[in-house]
Amino acid sequence: MRYSYFPGCSLETVGRSYDVSARLAARKLGVELVELEDWNCCGATAYFHIDEILAHTLCARNLAMSEKAGMDVVAPCSGCYKNMRETNAHLKKDLELRDHINVALKEDGLEFSGEQRVLHLVDMFTEDVGIENIRKSVVNSLKGLRVAPYYGCQILRPKMGRENIEDPEFLEDLISATGAEAVDYPLKTECCGGSLIMTRNPVALKLIKNLLTCAAYERADLIVTTCPLCQVNLECYQKKVNREYGTEFSLPVLYFTQVLGLALGIPEGDLLIGSELSSPAGLLKSPAREA
Amino acid sequence: MPETYTFQDEVKDLMGLLDGNPINVCIQCGTCSASCPTVMYMDHSPREIIAMIRADLRDEVVNSDTIWCCASCYNCTVRCPRDIKITQMMYALKRYCIWRNQYHHSAIGPDFSRKFVKMIVRTGRSYEPALAPAFMFKYGVRGVIDNMNLGMSLFRKGRIAVIPKTIKRIDNFRRVLNRIIPIGVKG
Repeated sequence: MRYSYFPGCSLETVGRSYDVSARLAARKLGVELVELEDWNCCGATAYFHIDEILAHTLCARNLAMSEKAGMDVVAPCSGCYKNMRETNAHLKKDLELRDHINVALKEDGLEFSGEQRVLHLVDMFTEDVGIENIRKSVVNSLKGLRVAPYYGCQILRPKMGRENIEDPEFLEDLISATGAEAVDYPLKTECCGGSLIMTRNPVALKLIKNLLTCAAYERADLIVTTCPLCQVNLECYQKKVNREYGTEFSLPVLYFTQVLGLALGIPEGDLLIGSELSSPAGLLKSPAREA
Repeated sequence: MPETYTFQDEVKDLMGLLDGNPINVCIQCGTCSASCPTVMYMDHSPREIIAMIRADLRDEVVNSDTIWCCASCYNCTVRCPRDIKITQMMYALKRYCIWRNQYHHSAIGPDFSRKFVKMIVRTGRSYEPALAPAFMFKYGVRGVIDNMNLGMSLFRKGRIAVIPKTIKRIDNFRRVLNRIIPIGVKG
């Protein structure tokens, strides 16, 4: 299995451990992730605040490059994934805009046709590789570890008329395949605040507090995320939440690929576990779990 | 005598690229407001904003902080029984406000989005540290200290790049964008 891999800007900086662990876990499962050459930013949400057509053009360039490479494209960040999927779907219907954008893309020797699939990294693992194959590849069962499956928003929405977006279970399936226990996490599809952490800090902090409270109430050992922005919000702002709300959260927040990687026998250090501000290292090695 | 071009028409035109229904099919059920995680911070709920647009309350809508409280979670959009793309409507309103340079006095979003877009046009990539000044001073001394501390902690963990990246074919990239609409950068 080979895919065009679109890491996205966050995975080069704050989300480095996501990038590293995604590549390692994929390789272990026989998947080749070929990084899209010279990719540009997906536009995040901010570009849509300025100009919609330019925002679609950013994604169209990346999509056209992955078409040229002849592979389906995989995005680990939910924001990038949402933007690429929306542009792909929209330009297949709006032929006038597609022609307009294609005239512009000629300046870079590219053309968009919309012939490929856009996948989230989780989709690639759960649907294309398959839960059963993952289960068979687990060499280090994470039995005893209680994991809160956090989906966030844009991996699910706006995805109209597809699978269950109100109560999805694919992340629970993936966690169970590693031997860990996916705890019931009622807020699993609620918002982490996204970029409001920068533009409306108190609002985002409230949402983060809710998510942490829920995970702690369910006695989760850690939270797994599928998006770099969710990870940063939930992890790096715990201290600030504690100060604002008088709480004492110290919950590790890992990428699903790090938990998967551990189960596949990849060493913690290689997965960059320990690059978090509150390290879960002790927890993963706890004698209670090994007993 | 030309027909009056109402605020509702303007919003409809701004939502032109969408497949959803125009906002005049809204039945004011309030599912959007009930689904919104940030509604308690808004001065008008999403349902009210739709009603206000239909009542042509242009200034009230444009000066509302509701638009800038939207986190783009799309809960409202997927649940709307009338298939109105409400998140996209919020994007449309953001564009309207930024273009006209008229928005809620406390909004940080417009400046942040402008800086973000300029950075993409310049380098092709986004780079968080360069964006920090767009917001951190707005939260006072505490905000600056918090952001500096967080930046340092992340840096020590190897999670902040020292030098922002620029894509290789940046000139082609700019020419592509310039072909869509001339945006004042040389290709």
